[in-house]
Amino acid sequence: MALSIMNIALADDDADDRMLFEEAIGEIEIKTKLSLFSDGKQLMDYLTQPQAILPEIIFLDLNMPIKNGMQCLREIRQNESLLHLCVAIYSTSSSEQDIEETFVNGANIYINKPNSFGALKKAVEKALRLNWQYHTSALNRDNFLLRL
Amino acid sequence: MTLNIKFDYNFICKAILQEQLDNLGLEYTLQSLGEIKFKNKLTHTQRDQLCQAFGKYGIEILDNPQNVLVQRIKDAITELVNDSDKTKKYNVSTYLSDTLNYSYPHLSSIFSEVTHSSIENFIILKKIDAVKHLIMDKNLTLTEIAHRLNYSSVAHLSAQFKKTTGLTPSSFQRIIKKRKEKGITP
Repeated sequence: MALSIMNIALADDDADDRMLFEEAIGEIEIKTKLSLFSDGKQLMDYLTQPQAILPEIIFLDLNMPIKNGMQCLREIRQNESLLHLCVAIYSTSSSEQDIEETFVNGANIYINKPNSFGALKKAVEKALRLNWQYHTSALNRDNFLLRL
Repeated sequence: MTLNIKFDYNFICKAILQEQLDNLGLEYTLQSLGEIKFKNKLTHTQRDQLCQAFGKYGIEILDNPQNVLVQRIKDAITELVNDSDKTKKYNVSTYLSDTLNYSYPHLSSIFSEVTHSSIENFIILKKIDAVKHLIMDKNLTLTEIAHRLNYSSVAHLSAQFKKTTGLTPSSFQRIIKKRKEKGITP
């Protein structure tokens, strides 16, 4: 199986972070289509529409108003039609406890928001490449965990 | 009560292919797992029917010859990684060029072009996938796993695991265990 284009969703309340992420994605050679959401509720409203085109990977900020990333993650893993989605947590927190809690609740990837554009690009690229392999190869997705 | 089960993926895939092909009444031979040869040319309707029948099982008909080759490379790597005798006997590049009849540089460049990652990376990914499986489902120790998958040492295995997943084998094990307790399966 081959993917020609990878659909990506990002939920982050910080407009600057969204812009940087968009720029980083644009510089990666994998073809992508990015949808942006400024809080968790917007994202969940989009994903639960009956006709929604589901992204191959969702990047979730943890601290967001209205609905935070952890709530989104729980809802995604409890929803029959969304539970197979790849979820990457994208957060400033580097506490071991936070990280483990997100993995236990079903996150596939945990990315510490890097503090340079170069590092961000590298981290996102690694996440996308690996996600690509999980989508196109017989790898066990139950075991897909990656910490960056 | 919990029962542990083991799959023979090749066997399952073959059985599904045969079942679906027989259902459509086609005359065929299975060349290898990734290649079906038909006695007669398929009509458009037959092809669509087959697409649909296979689609239910996540089996896809490949059109682009590059994708076909990449799939064959992946299949060969999977076979190699899962077979510890073969792993010990062959080095990957000779194994791939011998089984697929292309030079390794050719295979390697097509693979990178299509998958955005190198053959070497894919092998590591496959091996780590096997490690995860052995940790979780077989409860083997890292020493046993390292031996079985032909790692030179436990330290090498642990280091590769950490580098590939960002987690140590033991924290990986703890997370998956907790997930199971909570009934979360992504």
